[in-house]
Parts: sequence; C-alpha cells; structure tokens
Amino acid sequence: MVPLSWYLILSAILFSLGVFGFLLKRNIITIFMSIELMLNAVNLSFVAFANYWNTHPAKLASGANVVPLSGHVFVFFVMVVAAAEAAVGLAIIISVFRTRETLNVDQVNLLKL
Amino acid sequence: MIIHQILFIIFGIICVAGAVNLLVQRHPINSALSLVVVMASLALIYLLLGAEFVAAIQVIVYAGAIMVLFVFVIMLLNAGSEERTRGSHIAFFVGVPGVVVLAGTVAWLLIHSGGQLGSIKISASDFGNTQDIAHLLFRDFLLPFEITSVLILIAIMGAVVLGRKES
Amino acid sequence: MNQPSLNLWVIPLLPLIGAAINGLFGRRFKNAVVSTVALLFTAASLVWAVHAVWTLWPGGDRPYIETVATWITAGSFSAPFGFYLDQLSMIMVLVVTGVGFLIHVYSVGYMAHEGGFYRFFTYLNLFMFFMLTLVLANNYLLMFVGWEGVGLASYLLIGFFFQKDSAANAGKKAFIVNRIGDFGFLIGMFLIIQHFGTLNYADVFGKIASGHYTPELGWGLFTAIGLCLLFGATGKSAQVPLYVWLPDAMEGPTPVSALIHAATMVTAGIYMIARSHAIFNLAPHALEIVAIIGCLTAIFAATMGITQTDIKRVLAYSTISQLGYMVLACGVAAYAAGIFHLMTHAFFKALLFLGAGSVIHAVGGEQDMRRMGGLRKKIPITFWVMTAATFAIAGFPPFSGFFSKDEILGAAFHNHFGGPVLWVIGVITAGLTSFYMFRLWFMTFFGEYKPGAIDEGEEAHAASAPAHVAHTAASHSHGHADDEAHGHGHVHESPWIMLAPLVILAVLSVVGGWVGIPQFMSGGQNHFEHFLAPVMESGPPTSTQAAVPVTGNDTISTHAGPPSEENAGQEWLLAGTSVAAAVIGLFFAWLLYFKRRDLPGLIAAKIHGIYLLVLHKYYIDEGYGAIFVKPLLALSTVVFWHGVDQGIIDGLVNGAGSTSKGIGNELRRMQSGNIRSYAAWVAVGGAAVVAIMIWLGVGK
Repeated sequence: MVPLSWYLILSAILFSLGVFGFLLKRNIITIFMSIELMLNAVNLSFVAFANYWNTHPAKLASGANVVPLSGHVFVFFVMVVAAAEAAVGLAIIISVFRTRETLNVDQVNLLKL
Repeated sequence: MIIHQILFIIFGIICVAGAVNLLVQRHPINSALSLVVVMASLALIYLLLGAEFVAAIQVIVYAGAIMVLFVFVIMLLNAGSEERTRGSHIAFFVGVPGVVVLAGTVAWLLIHSGGQLGSIKISASDFGNTQDIAHLLFRDFLLPFEITSVLILIAIMGAVVLGRKES
Repeated sequence: MNQPSLNLWVIPLLPLIGAAINGLFGRRFKNAVVSTVALLFTAASLVWAVHAVWTLWPGGDRPYIETVATWITAGSFSAPFGFYLDQLSMIMVLVVTGVGFLIHVYSVGYMAHEGGFYRFFTYLNLFMFFMLTLVLANNYLLMFVGWEGVGLASYLLIGFFFQKDSAANAGKKAFIVNRIGDFGFLIGMFLIIQHFGTLNYADVFGKIASGHYTPELGWGLFTAIGLCLLFGATGKSAQVPLYVWLPDAMEGPTPVSALIHAATMVTAGIYMIARSHAIFNLAPHALEIVAIIGCLTAIFAATMGITQTDIKRVLAYSTISQLGYMVLACGVAAYAAGIFHLMTHAFFKALLFLGAGSVIHAVGGEQDMRRMGGLRKKIPITFWVMTAATFAIAGFPPFSGFFSKDEILGAAFHNHFGGPVLWVIGVITAGLTSFYMFRLWFMTFFGEYKPGAIDEGEEAHAASAPAHVAHTAASHSHGHADDEAHGHGHVHESPWIMLAPLVILAVLSVVGGWVGIPQFMSGGQNHFEHFLAPVMESGPPTSTQAAVPVTGNDTISTHAGPPSEENAGQEWLLAGTSVAAAVIGLFFAWLLYFKRRDLPGLIAAKIHGIYLLVLHKYYIDEGYGAIFVKPLLALSTVVFWHGVDQGIIDGLVNGAGSTSKGIGNELRRMQSGNIRSYAAWVAVGGAAVVAIMIWLGVGK
C-alpha cells in the first residue's frame, strides 16, 4: 500500500538529480548519463500511473476510458528513442573528440556571439 | 502491506544513492556503473509495480545495451578524471536554484495533496503481462511502432556516418 | 474704384526676376549679359513706377490700395499681399527706382574688373525687390518682410568681398545690429495687432481716426507702440544707439554704400516713422524722444566725422548725421520736411558716394584722403559734381540741401518741446557738416597729389595707424582689386558709364530742392509740403482731395501755426543763421586744409586726449563689445554650447546609443557558447512554466 505520491516524489528526485548532473558536470559523457537518468525518472512516473489507473480507472476528456497499459507502451517507446539518441549522441561525441581532443564541455564553446 | 513499503523504501534509497553517486564521482566510468545500479533498482521497483515486461526490457535494453555502449565509449575515448575548469557561473547560480524550486514545488504539492491520490497495490498477476502489451503494441499503436523502427534505422545510419574517420 | 488696376505688384517683381535670372544662370554669362539683364529689369521697374505715379497724379482715389492675395489668416487676424500707393509712397518709389537705376548703371563701370560680377548684380536686384516691397506694402507685416529683406541684402552686399575677414565681420555686425532693432519693431507690431486686430495701414489709421483718441492719454499704448517702432527705426536708420554698423558697412563696394547706406535702406526707418505718423501724433512723449535721439545722433556723428581720414568713413558719419536730421524732423512732427530731406539727401549723398568711388577708381584704389590732393585738374568732371554735392550737403542756397535742412531747422525751432535748444544743436551740426565736407573737398581736390606718403603735418596718425592704415592698406588691395593688373600708373577720369549717373545726380542735387521752397520765400505754397499734406493729416485717407491749401500741420499744435507775415521775418532770420553756420564751416575748412595745412596737426597735438577720443569714435564699439558682446559670447560658449548642447543634448543622444550598446552587451553574455549555461536557462524556463501552471491551473 504505497501511496502513489511516493513514487512520484521519487521520480521528481531522480529527475532533479539528473538536471543537477547536467548543469554541474563537465564531462560530456557524464552529462549524457544524466540525461538518461532523467528519462528513467520519467519512465518511473509512467509506470506508476499505469498501475494506478488499473485500480482507479480514469476517463479521458472525450469520455473514453484510459487504457492502463498504455503507460507501459509509452515507456517502451521512450526506451527506443533513448537508445537511438544514445547511439547518435555518442557518435557525435566521438567525432567532436576527434577534432577538439577534449571531453570538457566548457571547451567546446565556439558557437558564441 | 508493510513489506511493500519496506521494499519500496529500500529500493528507492538504493536508487537515490546511485544517482547521487553518479553526481559525486569524478571519473565517468564510476558514474556509468552507478547509473547501472540505478537502472537495476528501477527495474526492481517496476516489478513492485507489476510491470514485468517493462522491468525486463529495462534490464535488457537500458542496463544491458545502452550502458554497455556508454562504457565502451568511455573506454574508447580514454576519458580521464574530470579536471577542474572554469565553469559556467550561470549554471550554478541560476540553474540549480531553478531546479530546486521545481522539485520543491512538486514535492510540496504531492505531500500536501497526495493523500487524495490513492495508493498502489501490488496488483493481480495478469496486469502488465507481455501478451496484453503485445496486443496494444501491434494493434492500437502499430503506426508509432513502425515509425520507431524507421527511427532506429536512421539512428543506425547516423551513428555510422558520424562515427567514421575522416579519410 | 473706377480707375484701371495699376498692377503695383509688378514693380517689386521685376527686379526679383532679374535677380533670379542672374542668380541662377549668371555665372555662365558674360559681364555684358549680366549687366543688361540687371539694368533691363531695374529700368522696367522704374518705367512702371513712373507710369503708376503718372496715372495717379492728377487725383483719383488716393491712396490706391490693391490686394493681390491673402497671405496669413489666423483667427480674426489676416494679412494680405497688398500694395499701397499714396503720395508718400509715390515719392519713395520714385526715389528708390530712380536713384537705384542710376547706381546700377554706375556699377556696371565700377565693378567691371571685379570678380563675382553676376553675384553683385543679383544681390543688387534682390535689394531692389525688397526695398520696393517695403515702400509699397499696404500692411506692416509685408513692410517687415521688405525690412528684413533689405537687411539681408545689406549683409550680402557688405560682405561681398567675403574672403576678407573685416568685410565678413562688417556684414555680420550690420545684420545683427539690425536684428536688435527689429525686435523693437516686432514688439510694436504685436502691440498694434493686440489693440487693433490688424496690421493694414488703412484699417489701423482708420480706427485711430474714428476712435476719438486724444493725445492727453500721455504714457500709454501709443507711446509704447511709438517707442517700439522707434527702436526698430534706430537699428535700420543708424541712430543712437544702434548706429555702430554703418561705418563698418563701408567695407562693401562703393555703389553699395551709395545705394543702401545713403539713399534707400537707411531711409526705411524714416519712412516707417512717417507712415506711422498717426500713431506718433497721439504719443507726444514718444515724439519727444524721437526728436532727442535724432538731434543727439546728428551732432554726435558730426563730431566723429571731422577726424576721419578715410573718404568713405567721412561720408558714412555724414549719413548718420543727416539721418539724425530726418529723425529730428519726424520728432517735431514735421514729417513732410523729413521726407523732403530724405529725397534731397538721396540725391546728394548718392552723388557723394559715387563721386568718392570715382575718385577712388581714379587713384587706383586708395581711400585715405591724406594720400590724395590736387585732383581737381586731373579729374575735372568728378571734381565739379563733387563740388555740387558738397555745397548741397553743406546747405548753401540755392542747392537742394539748403531748402530741406532749413525747413527742418525751422520746424525744430517752433517745437513746443525744447524748440530753441534743438534748433541750436541743429545749427551747430550744420556748421560741423559744412566743415568736414569741405575738409574732404579740400583734402581731396586741392593741394598737391602725393600718393603713398602720409603728410606728417596732418593729424597725428600714430594712434589711428592700426585701425585706419591697415584698413586702407587692405582696402587698397581689394577696393579696386585688379588695378595693378590694369596698369593704372596715373590718375585718370572714370569712363562715361560712371560719369553719366554722376552728372544726372548733380543736376538733381542742384534743382531738387526747388520743389520745396518754403512759403515765406516764394510767397506761394510749399509744393512738396502741400503734396504730402493729405497723407500727413491724422484723418483716414479720404478720396476727396484737399482743394484748400493746407499747411500740412497736424492736430498736435507743435508748431506755432502757419507762417504769417510777422513770422516771415523770423523765418528769414533762422534761414540766414543756418547759412551763416555753413559759411563759417567753409571758412574753417579753407583755413585748416588749404591755407595753413600745419594747423590741424598743432591743434590735434594740443588737445591730444580729446582728439584721440573722437578719433576712436568715443570707444563706443569697444564699449558695446565689453558690455554686450563678450558676456553674451561667454554665456553662449559656456552655458549653451558646453552645458546644454554638448552636455545635455549630446549626452542624451549619445547616452541613448551607449545605453543600447550596454544593454546589448549584457544580453550578449547569454549567448556564451557554453552548453551548461544554455541548459541552465532552459531548466529555469521549464521550472518557471511548471510553476506557473501549478499555480494557475491546479486550483483544484
């Protein structure tokens, strides 16, 4: 009998930790990992709500029932996108590393006014 | 049941500890391993929520593939410990408070009125099984499914192109 | 009106067209074409003016008013482009066009070797346009347009040799001092508008006539208007205290001095006062001040004239003095006498200036009289016409100057306010006039011709050296600029194109006064005064001509009444006294500058202090400079330039620019290229959005 709000609080904590990591870390790969952490936090939210709607059915604004398992399906899609994004992002990091010889994100600042 | 709560708290603390460790560690490989811990504990929490399929693919895809990819790249690039360089003051002074405000607001809201939300039960065993998800995925959400396959194809091509050495 | 339209508007317009043609295209024309255009339009204007006067002469409706268009309409006030022809403006228009035409002819010869030939005639025609607008206008506003315009033309022409600093400064000085006077004129016009609601002569004078005003109002509206108008006149007509521009105006070419600063422009103030006589007649205190100023100016300028060594400067001070006479005449309400003197003065003063120009041309640009002498055998025609002019200005009968000056003095004597005092000062001035004019005559034409040497026996020149010799040396180089190239090695007579106007003016100087022979001499009426009588009545202009001879005196009994038999003896006495003064002046001039040429030097040495004071024009220019000019310049530089303009205005404008730059610089720092700061901003933005959504939407 865990209240739903606990799951959501945990999700919020993980999300904000992910944002902190994004803002405070200097290594680009670590920043990427923070992004993955954020996505995971959101996944947790979705799954929590999917379970919740299973026991407390909800209705959409149009009147149709919410399909509880759609939360899981959405998590599926999030994972797919995360995988694609990770692949492409890491490829970009590799190519940037080849030219700039550094993984420090503060040194990749040529696009400035 | 109280064991539900205890399990949730244990796994939650492991999760948060792993996330904090990710922030605290200097070497990215340590951060990567912490992230694996986070994902594993999240998979366990999913099991608590009765999402078997999601827990499985979390372990297989996230912890097993994506994190391995991260670790490969870290080793490939020979990333060392982070040096202390001049960072962005804005990030520190603006971003951090902003997120604190956000998180705090959400947390306050949930604590305050979360009681109106109900609670999660460890549900019946036929919730979240693969068959139902497959039904949804291949019937109602077929189009997004196909599009994601195209997305993966594009991502593969992009990764290959970007990862090539300049000749 | 039954008579045909005279189209007076053509008269000013013709010289304007000439000015436009010469101004726009004259640079490419040859001198002959430029002068033909200028002379043609001036002559056409003269012909038209004569025709208009001839048409209106035998009677008909005078004044003739024609309105061409409405210029300004503002509420209940409206000012038209309108023209006004009555006896007063008839005389003025004939003088302006006639003398102006003669001077144009003269200038063709005088300026033949100068640069900027077309420019000169453009400005000259432009001046004619403005002056004719001034005298023919039917309302004060249009007159003011002409007033300002002649000031402008004067500035352009005085500074004609603008490469010279002294000429440019003189032009500026003339314009600025004129403008100070114009301030008074404007205030006067505003008072008129406020009280009468209109500026048209016919309306204002009509309202005055029918308004039952009496002079016993004393210090009041009319006095205020009169004093303001007087201030304007002192600027334009070079009276005390605004006369200082006229001597410096001699920097301009000699025909300019003749036309503008002798015959026409400086008389505008007199004309204005005469035109506004209805207002002045109702303000006896203002008239008293007018008389005082005129008298003061006359004698003041005369004293300065006796020490000058530049031939044109002597004539300049003489002009100021004679204008003082005219203002004095207006001040004793003898407006007709003032206009009479204006006319005769135009003749002989223009002649004097043109003759001086002829002398200067003959000696190759020299203007210092001490370097002249003995010219009467070498340039005889010039000598004889200058003689005629000198006798005329000195007031010897039967020349024209005698009649006009004597009428003024006679009217002054009979004035109820300080009459005899004014008369005495006037007579002394006449003596001084005679003295310095004959001094000029003797120094220029008699004795020996010694170019280049300054006679040590003459007045001490050490103090005057910086001012005068430098001036004359400089003017020597420009006053007749190309004479070196001309190969003038000897004194020669001027060409006929310069002499012909001189002769015509000389004839006029001799006979011009005969139209105003006073009653006590001729037994008949004074034709001139009778002619102007209907204008000078304070009543509104009526269409019925006064068939009964009126003496032209006004409702103010400032005269002792029409001259009757017992007064005739007194009149003869007064006339004789002024002639005697002229003779005494001639005698002293003969003594000091012909017979015993060493005397002036001795006298100057004896009264060295006073002599220097007078020679330096009583240091008035320096005084004005210290009291008015320097503080104003300091105020302008420190407060207005540095303080307001550079500090405030530039500060505002530049400040706006630099503020924008500063803000931009600050905003630019957001685009640092640093990924983490971008992320931070995104996080903050997202947090803000969520917070707002929670606060707004989740109201439960």
